[in-house]
Formats: sequence, structure tokens, C-alpha cells
Amino acid sequence: MAEEIKKPRTPPDPSSAKYKLSKIAADAYKDAVAAKARGEKVAWVSSNFPVEIPETMGIATVYPENQAAGIAARGAGARMCEEAETDGYSNDICAYARISLAYAKLKSCPEQDVAMPDVLLCCSNICSCMIKWYENLSRELNVPLIMLDIPFNPDDEVSEAQAAYVKGQFLEAVRRLEEITGKKWSDERFQEVMSNSCRTSRAWLAATAMARYTPSPFNGFDLLNHMAVMVTARGKPEAAEAMETLLKEYQENVETGKSTFRTEEKYRIMFEGIACWPWLRVTSAGLKSRGVNMVTTIYADAFGFDYDSFDGMIRAYCKVPNAINLETARDKRVKLCRDNGVEGLLVHTNRSCKLWSGFMPEMSRQIGAACHIPVVSFDGDQADPRNFSEAQYDTRVQGLTEIMDSRKGGESV
Amino acid sequence: MLFAGIDVGSTTSKCVLLSDGEVAGAALVDMGIGTAGPERAYSEALAAAGAAPEDVACCVATGYGRASWKGADLTISELTAHGLGNRFLFPEARTVIDIGGQDAKVIELDAGGRMANFVMNDKCAAGTGRFLEVMAGVLRVPIGELEALAAQAEKAAPISSTCTVFAESEVISQLAAGTPVPDVVAGICVSVASRVAALAKRAGVKEQVCMSGGVARNGGVRRALERALGVPIVWSAQAQLAGALGAALHAWHKSEGQRGEVKYG
Repeated sequence: MAEEIKKPRTPPDPSSAKYKLSKIAADAYKDAVAAKARGEKVAWVSSNFPVEIPETMGIATVYPENQAAGIAARGAGARMCEEAETDGYSNDICAYARISLAYAKLKSCPEQDVAMPDVLLCCSNICSCMIKWYENLSRELNVPLIMLDIPFNPDDEVSEAQAAYVKGQFLEAVRRLEEITGKKWSDERFQEVMSNSCRTSRAWLAATAMARYTPSPFNGFDLLNHMAVMVTARGKPEAAEAMETLLKEYQENVETGKSTFRTEEKYRIMFEGIACWPWLRVTSAGLKSRGVNMVTTIYADAFGFDYDSFDGMIRAYCKVPNAINLETARDKRVKLCRDNGVEGLLVHTNRSCKLWSGFMPEMSRQIGAACHIPVVSFDGDQADPRNFSEAQYDTRVQGLTEIMDSRKGGESV
Repeated sequence: MLFAGIDVGSTTSKCVLLSDGEVAGAALVDMGIGTAGPERAYSEALAAAGAAPEDVACCVATGYGRASWKGADLTISELTAHGLGNRFLFPEARTVIDIGGQDAKVIELDAGGRMANFVMNDKCAAGTGRFLEVMAGVLRVPIGELEALAAQAEKAAPISSTCTVFAESEVISQLAAGTPVPDVVAGICVSVASRVAALAKRAGVKEQVCMSGGVARNGGVRRALERALGVPIVWSAQAQLAGALGAALHAWHKSEGQRGEVKYG
């Protein structure tokens, strides 16, 4: 029998956005380990906590959500979830939380080890599960927790009262961090970080907006990977530079008719929800094999922050997607669908995320009606592989494709 | 020249052959994916048509095991297949409720008969044929007798759990408490119907509503669904073959660009 000849993998181009973004994400983990080794304090941070605060103060950070996503994508989600369940955590709670709580106990997971925390930074503007998750981390690891309360906003704008309420907490968080870490806040340094963060965000939002071209210059699944940098490192100059490289690459793709979606783009959809990390390849292939490109997702927009002052930053964090009312959240998505020529909506009913999956049936119904597009949902989970059925996913995606094809005048029905 | 549709389901395999707009042969085998069922259904349908495999011009596979059928020229989802099959059986149909072996789906058809949207059950066996199979097993009655038993019920026993495993415990408790078997069976039918009715209401119920799949044969579930939705539900004795019929129609349409009348059986 002939020996299989494997095509050698092309080494990544160090000047490419993909290389730069991957390096930034990987370096963040290494930097935290190195900081710990130097005796500096390390913070574990929730994704919608203002990254500008630890970045300004030079505090090394780890993002447990990103760690959990990495662990799940590398196949260890079930093992870590089961570890947490053995300790009494219900399998109904967020799988990121279960993985993180299991890691806090084991302090080891070869799929993604991280430096252990000296302080925890959490923000309530994502979900209530995260509050309990961080409270438990604080208790189990005996480290201080700084919790910012950014309430759900039922109104369209951020009121003066809410901005003042949150600003007081930001200032108190800085004061406590100075005490805990011995590092100092600098307004001058904050201006630099703010400038970097906004520069990164502008490039990121401009890059994701390139999906308005047909075909889109990128495969939407790329965004899910690149987003790690937006979550964790948007205040760093190298992140801004990498995102500007990404934008340039997408602009060149538009000019040359190329795309990272390496097959004919027959249909364009919006994907709603966090990626199904344990089944990323399956969920991606199920779309790509049918020529379906996920051109946009609110998840990408969620981490694009653009502001010009400390107060502006506070207001930006009061308007993150999970903390705004259904109508505002819906309108953002409707705009994305219209701007990007979306023909269908695929909703990940994410068993981990009760908040997001809870409001999605009604919101997706409204989006479908407003944009006259079919809406299809599938069951899955952001990190627990046991909550997904490949056959069920495939049937739903094929059904969605058949409706889109039929609307284009195809022969499906 | 024949056009074949094969529906490889989780518990059954179905095949329909079309010739000149008429059903030339059909077969249903109580064995699904991973068994000899699909092959047998195909062979039996060919035998019924008095035809050989080389007479088949185009074969379209559908169902849970559609990708596993090597003889397929094309595959379509069971959603499209049941939409096509039922629209053929009921030209006025706008809503198709298909309860299969392991899933339940509600398909919305537009005025032209094209699938406009669909809603499927979540990752749970409640409200599916499998739920009925498990309950029939607990009651030790053949699944085909559930309808007749439900018709004898004086009052449907409450089966409140949406989980198949917990519902099984409830059924056992009802029997232990002396609840008559027909009342328990009626309660089981109501349980399936209420679950599927919730799906149908999400999709938006437009008349005419028709029922497809093996569970359509169960009048207990059908009538419970009619009560839950407040609309009459039509069904065909060929309901279980509707997916295969839809696949065969698709094969015919694809091959010959036909949209004409097809006569069943």
C-alpha cells in the first residue's frame, strides 16, 4: 500500500493579520505566566469588564472565558465540565463557568494552562451566572473580587444617573486595584490605552463591515478566532496594528476578488450566538459545504468600543449587547442583516447561555419578520460538547439552505 | 423511466418510485439507518414496480440517514421532502406537522407551496415517535393499538413531564395507582400533542394543516393536536411515505423540470 503523502503545511506569514493576531492571543497567556513568575499580581477578568483599567495599570490579565473556549475547542470541554459536576455544579449552568471552576480546583489543564489569579475583575453587564461564577472563584481561591455592577438598560440611552453610578464604581475599582497590586493609575497612560483601544476597535469594525461586499472578503468563522484579541488585548498598540493589517487584507481581497471563504459564496447568513467551540469544524463545514458564508454576527460587533473620554468609556460599557433592551438589540442586528445582504439567520440555542438563548426566540422572530429572511435554530453549547447533535444541526442547515435556494428561484421545493 | 425517493429514517426506511407522474411502487420497512432497512425498502419498491435498478433515472435520498444512502444522486432535507410530499397529497396545505421517530417538525408552506420556514424540536425525545414507542413498551401494548385504547378513555390522565424518562415514571405511577390503561394512553397522546402544538404555534398555524410521518396514523395524537390547535388536521393513509414521495417528486422535478400532476397509487 502506498504511503500517504501529506501536503506540507505552509508556515504562517509573520506579516499576515492571522499570524499577528494569533501571536497576540498566545502572548497574553505567556505574559501573565511571566508576570506571575516575577512576583506581580495577575487578574482574571470577565470579557465585558473594561480592559482599559488593567491595561492602563499594567496588570497582567487572563480571560477565563477565552481559556474555556480554547479548552473546549481542543476537546477537553466534557472532561472539565464533568469535573465541575462532580463537585456539585449543575450541568445546566454555563459550561465556561464549569470549565473555569474545574480549572480553579485542578490548576492544570494541558489544553490551556493559565497563570492563577491574585484578583478577580468581573462585570455584571453580561449575565447573572457570571456573578456567581466569580463569587465562587473568589471563595474557592481566596482572592479578592472586584465586581462592577452595570445594570441592564431598559431605555434607549444611558442616563446621567446610570453613568454616574457606574463611574463611581470604576473609580473605586481603580482605587482597590492600586491597593491590591501596588500599581498606579496614570491619566496619561489611560489616554494612550484609550487611543489604542479605539484605534483597534475602528479597524475591527471596519474589517467586519467589509462583508457588505459580495462575495464577502472573509469567512465569518475567521471573526470568531480573531475576536479573542478584541476581548483581551484591544488596548495594546500591537492589537491596533494587527487589526489594521486585517482590514488591509480584506480591502485587498475585495479589490482582487479573493476571500478567505474558499468556495463559491452562494448564500449569506448571520450567525447568532457564541460559537459552538467543541464542534467548530463541524458547524463550519456544514455551512461551507453548501456554499453558506456566515458574513456577520453581533458577537463581533460586541467588542468594538469607540469613545473619546473616560466618561465615554463608561457609557460604552453600559451599552454592551447583553445589557441593552430587546428593541435596541434587535435593531442592531437588523442593521447588520441589511448592511450585509443577509439571506438567512442561523441561531445557536446555546444551552450554556440562558440569557442569550432566552431572548432569542422572540428577537429572532422579529428580525426574520423585519428582514424577510428565514430563521432557523439549532441546539448546541459554547463549550459542553454533550449538548450538540451533528445530525440535527445538518438537517436544520440543509433546510435553511433549501429555503434560501428556493427564494432565489431554485428548484428545492 | 423511474424516479426514486428514499427516506432513511431513524426507525424506518421508506421508498417511493414514480413513473410518468404516477406512483409505480412503494415500500416501508421497519428498520432505519444502520440496518438493511434502506436496501430492503428500495428492493421491495422496485419489485412492486416490476422494475430493475437500472430503470431508475434519478434517486433522491432524504431523512436522518440520507447521507448514508450510496445510491443517491442528490439529498434533500426531510423538511423539504415532507413539504413536497404533503403539498402533493394536500394541494391546499400551508402547515405540515411531521412527527417522526426522533424529531418533530412543523413546516410552513407559502401560498405557492414552497417551504417558507420551519421549526423543529430541541434536543429532546419528548413529542416524537420515540416517546410513544417508549410508552407503548412500558404499557406492554403494540404501538399500533394506542389509538384504539385512547378512544376508550374516559378522562386523559395527566402526564405532565416533558422528559421521556420522567414521563415513563409518571406512567408507571399512574398504572400503580390504578388509572385505567386507556386513560393513561390518552394522557400520553395529549402529552405528545401539547409539545408539538407549542412548536406549531411558534411556526404560526395556517390552514390547511396536515399531518405527516408515522405518528399521523395515531388518531389519539391527531385529535389531541386538533384540540390543542383549534383547527382540523387532515392526514393521508400514506403519511408515513410522504417524505419518500417528496424525495421522488424532487427527483422527477430535477430530472425533467416537471411540475405536473402526479397520481398516487
